[in-house]
Amino acid sequence: MLDFIQLLLSGTATGAIYALAALGFTLLWQASGTINFAQGEFVMLPAFMMLAFNAMGLPLLAGFALTCVIAVLVLGWGFKRGIADPLLRFGMMPIVVATLGLSIAIRNGVRAGFSAEAHPFPSLFGDKLIHVAGVTLTAADIGTLAAAVLLVLGTQAYLSRTVTGRAMQAVAQNTESATVLGINVPRMVFYTFAINALLACAAALLVTPTYLAKFDMGEGLATKAFFAAIIGGFNNSRGALLGGVIVGVSENLAAAYVSPAYKDAVALVIFMLVILFKPQGLMGQRVERKV
Amino acid sequence: MTVNRRTLIACAALLLATAGTQAQQTVKIASLQELSGTGATVGTNFKNGMDLAIREINAAGGILGKKIEVTHSDTQSNPGVAKGLAQKAVDEDVLAVFGPGFSGSMIVSMNETRRAQIPNFTGAEAAAITAQGNPYVYRTSFGQATSMPKIARYMANNLKAKTVAVIYVNNDFGKGGRDMVTKSLGELGVKVVADISTDPGKLDFAAPVLQAKQSNADVIFVYTNEEEAARALREIRKQGIAKPIVGETVLTSQKVIELAGEAANGAVAHVGLSVDAPVPAMRAFRAKFERDYKYIPDHNCIKGYTGVYVMKAALEKAGKIDRAALAKAMKGLTVNVAKEPGVLMDVSYDDKGDLDRASFLVEVKNGKQEVKEVLPPLGKKGA
Repeated sequence: MLDFIQLLLSGTATGAIYALAALGFTLLWQASGTINFAQGEFVMLPAFMMLAFNAMGLPLLAGFALTCVIAVLVLGWGFKRGIADPLLRFGMMPIVVATLGLSIAIRNGVRAGFSAEAHPFPSLFGDKLIHVAGVTLTAADIGTLAAAVLLVLGTQAYLSRTVTGRAMQAVAQNTESATVLGINVPRMVFYTFAINALLACAAALLVTPTYLAKFDMGEGLATKAFFAAIIGGFNNSRGALLGGVIVGVSENLAAAYVSPAYKDAVALVIFMLVILFKPQGLMGQRVERKV
Repeated sequence: MTVNRRTLIACAALLLATAGTQAQQTVKIASLQELSGTGATVGTNFKNGMDLAIREINAAGGILGKKIEVTHSDTQSNPGVAKGLAQKAVDEDVLAVFGPGFSGSMIVSMNETRRAQIPNFTGAEAAAITAQGNPYVYRTSFGQATSMPKIARYMANNLKAKTVAVIYVNNDFGKGGRDMVTKSLGELGVKVVADISTDPGKLDFAAPVLQAKQSNADVIFVYTNEEEAARALREIRKQGIAKPIVGETVLTSQKVIELAGEAANGAVAHVGLSVDAPVPAMRAFRAKFERDYKYIPDHNCIKGYTGVYVMKAALEKAGKIDRAALAKAMKGLTVNVAKEPGVLMDVSYDDKGDLDRASFLVEVKNGKQEVKEVLPPLGKKGA
């Protein structure tokens, strides 16, 4: 039983990180209809930025703050202006292909600059071990989980409680009516991209100590986050959290009780079941196609 | 005199031909390394070691007066790519091939070099590589058939283990090691009570480590590549397992210590090559390497470095730059440090391409490798 709880908790911590990346997926989709297949690289790039700032002697949190600013400029504004805006009017496919290309470019760019080797990354919460009723946790596990839950709920609250957040939702639901209501649509869409970039930075800060900073670290993360987003519901932000945790936990349990070889298949099986029986996702609302 | 097109072509052909002969003035070798993918650490370090040796040899006048010319290419840790690159090296008519370092890649690519009768040096350690009777492969480190019995003996005799949990990576390298260590432990009456396979590039070791813990084995034996080894060590520390953690070479390597941090302390491994070895030539090598590359070399760097020097010694023994002569000279070759300091430690080769030399038992203490014991070469003990 204790072992089960151990696996459950460590799976939840991993799942919380998937959730952060998944949240970015759902946000961009809702606000602008963009599916960003470079999401994993959007997490990897800030990790290396922080590493670079760290090497220059900046403390981790200062490096994180600077990275956030750069990420909003480059991964938020730059990505929107450079790729999303010009391509979106041609439909989904061009943007999917463009982000796939972008992910390959970023990956190999980082590889050229930082070598293909894994680099250690300092942990924000330290490696301290905590024993609770026979279960061992690291401070990093708890901190990651807490930070991720706070970020997801915070984003959720921002979207539903603030004027700007509601305006963003209005844009997501119906762009034309939002324009009529006097909402600055392009600005709201930019905010979404900025939030996505910030979430990516936060995910990088939380995930890299375990994943290790490596040029291809985003690959697996993006796939898992994409599954998590679909499972939870692509048009619901809380769904991302649920989906992430489901993927993280079921992976861990499958590895322990079935076979490590089937670990990655589990997420895929759940993904297919959801697509077959509840295509809008566990928490998503059914959307009729607009005419 | 009219110059027609045909003469021009003839001239060009002649030029090319002379260029070709000029290329023969150098010792051309191809190096196929894991420069990206899961084996990036292995390949990058092997390459850096080779480059250092080649720079030294060329600066000192080359081999038999000829400079070494090397082309490195990236197998992407992918056997398919490695095979293609080996084929390319054959087409380029090189004198020798170095690598790949991943056993899975080596097992497919060495068929290409064998067919073309090109000597192939490798850092790959799977037992199968020299067991196929390929006369053109030479190791730059112990094969698993040599190293696993040594570490099994340590677990059985020094640690008095009765049961062992084996965590290994599910590729040719990992499976070969697991088969070999299970066999060696079995011969010593030690039982493997948990046989845990993990994927290459695995991120979360919670489940495999838990399995090892539940098996309640006396010793946990970890046999994976660098990144996974670091993650496994962290998870073992996290789950608070106080059992001895034993490995072979990788587990206590520099990169693992760097990535695992504190969690690496206490891990013990049998290491064929270590820059912390109490050997003066090794110390000197470490200093030179750190000067050029600004980091502490690992066993892969030593493999690459000594591999090039072994080739040099063999060519000098043969007295000519020739593939067949090199292959012949490698059979039963013994190189002493006194004569060729570049090999760092006395080394001798058998007919299959396996090598024998002293090795070390290393423990990680305070983030540093510490040599606990020097194990003599197998041949010297008369074993």
